[in-house]
Amino acid sequence: MIPKCFKKESLPTYFCPGCGYGIILKALGNVIDRLEISQRSVIGLDIGCSLLAWDLFKVDTIQTHHGRTTPVMAGFKFAKPESVVLALTGDGGGYAIGLQALLHSAHRNDLITVILVNNTLYGMTGGQMAPTTLPKEITETTPSGRNTKKTGLPFLGPEIIKILTNKHAYIARASIRNPLKVEEYIEKAIKNQIHGKGFSFVEILSVCPINWKTDAKETFDFLEKIEQAYPSGELKSNE
Amino acid sequence: METKYLTGNEVVVDAAIAAGGRMMFGYPITPSTEITTEFAKKAEKNERLKFIQTEDETSAGFGVIGALLGGEKAFTATGGPGNILMQDPISMAEAMRLPFVGIITQRGGPSTGTVIYSQQEVTLTCCGGNGEGLRVVYSPSSLQEIYDLTIKTFNTAWKYRFPTFLLSDGYMAKARQKVEIYRPQYISTTKHILGDARKIVNIRNTYSQEEELNEILSENIRDFEHISRDIADYDTYKCTHSKTIIFAHGSAAAACLEICKERKNVGLFRPITLQPFPDSQAKMFAKRAQKIIVVESSAGQFSRLLKNSLYGISTIYLEYQRPALGIFEEELARVL
Repeated sequence: MIPKCFKKESLPTYFCPGCGYGIILKALGNVIDRLEISQRSVIGLDIGCSLLAWDLFKVDTIQTHHGRTTPVMAGFKFAKPESVVLALTGDGGGYAIGLQALLHSAHRNDLITVILVNNTLYGMTGGQMAPTTLPKEITETTPSGRNTKKTGLPFLGPEIIKILTNKHAYIARASIRNPLKVEEYIEKAIKNQIHGKGFSFVEILSVCPINWKTDAKETFDFLEKIEQAYPSGELKSNE
Repeated sequence: METKYLTGNEVVVDAAIAAGGRMMFGYPITPSTEITTEFAKKAEKNERLKFIQTEDETSAGFGVIGALLGGEKAFTATGGPGNILMQDPISMAEAMRLPFVGIITQRGGPSTGTVIYSQQEVTLTCCGGNGEGLRVVYSPSSLQEIYDLTIKTFNTAWKYRFPTFLLSDGYMAKARQKVEIYRPQYISTTKHILGDARKIVNIRNTYSQEEELNEILSENIRDFEHISRDIADYDTYKCTHSKTIIFAHGSAAAACLEICKERKNVGLFRPITLQPFPDSQAKMFAKRAQKIIVVESSAGQFSRLLKNSLYGISTIYLEYQRPALGIFEEELARVL
């Protein structure tokens, strides 16, 4: 079923064939429908593949600058505390250029929900190394595979945010292999905001067959590798 | 009306609140710091005010944008390297026609430079982004004018929906003078851009066709040109009959004014808005004079704006440039 909060006229979406965003956005749409929050939600979209969802929802949206969705949405929440504020970003936007803002928003315990999609590379610009790129993974800027001695280990976002936040935060990681978990964690993260508890963060492991240059089977084989590097589950939940 | 003895930075805070400013996102940087600290103190006592200290100027600017989208009169204050980081959010505000309000206290540059004074952030504040510089920039020349123009900065931003700046400097920020504090006759209304449950708003910042972007830009440029006539402002002293006219703005103009008072045949033309520039009036007075002297604490950032306006006239054009240095009456008197 297509979520009610999707604009039918905006379908099909602008995302590439095989992209994981379809599953993620459908999960988000289902949660918005279930909680009946479409009229009081605002979604900020980072520059990167997430911007392609700009007119998908019957929900107010804004495309921001690369890495700047978190501070824009935090500012919006300060101005309109009664709204449900969501920030959708990629791993480059969240963990590289926008990391400072993300960490401080978490540290301040801003009442916003950040959904970060980890596909281990920069998708929109054609597949360069992200902080999340796996060891030996070939990207456009690591043509012979990521050398962890020179470029560091895969970036553990939720684990870092866990240290920075107090007990009221909600932090989880799910893979698109399990869409129901994705939906469950997004719902919990949004409820955590609505109940005024604290910063809420969900990292979602996703796929990018276009930049990975993988067929269907290889795509899911590589997703499995990502899942091994980035364990799914709730890292902080105050239920 | 009440007379207070305040520093320039304290004046900004009083004016911002008088203009309906409710939220400030700030990061400490000299010489604007006291705008941040004074607003923070007032916000502790007044629950209608909100202050957020951000992790850097980038987040301060983007936080302002978020709050504006939610319909709050938010602002920030910065200078020097902070003004550089601020260009990222300001460009977004310019693209989306958001009523961004920034108080810029210029300091010496490039880089960390000095922390008190220069007029080297003219180009950055007017045209710092990857766009066309569709911004309004007020340049006050006294603390009283900081009060008047800070109020105007908020009103202009919200009335016309272009990023608007008060371009001050560290001399004025730290100086203390008597200032008349009054309740403004006009305060612009606000409205939220996102978050109105009655309609769905999807705002885009990315275009896939060159023509799409050109269409939006052309409309914004037309709007800016149209409102320029209402906004462009200037002040003159003895300009009508003087053979020599000094062109200066901000603190430098305040020093020049003293000389003009003492000397016969020397007048002052002072743009109050650097963007939009009072082109036709500048040209009209410059044409009548025998000689123009452009005075500034920069190596020609103000002069470049002026040359655009004066293109085609034959009056003798001299420049007195003191990059990152104050303009002192005695020194200037020697070159006149």
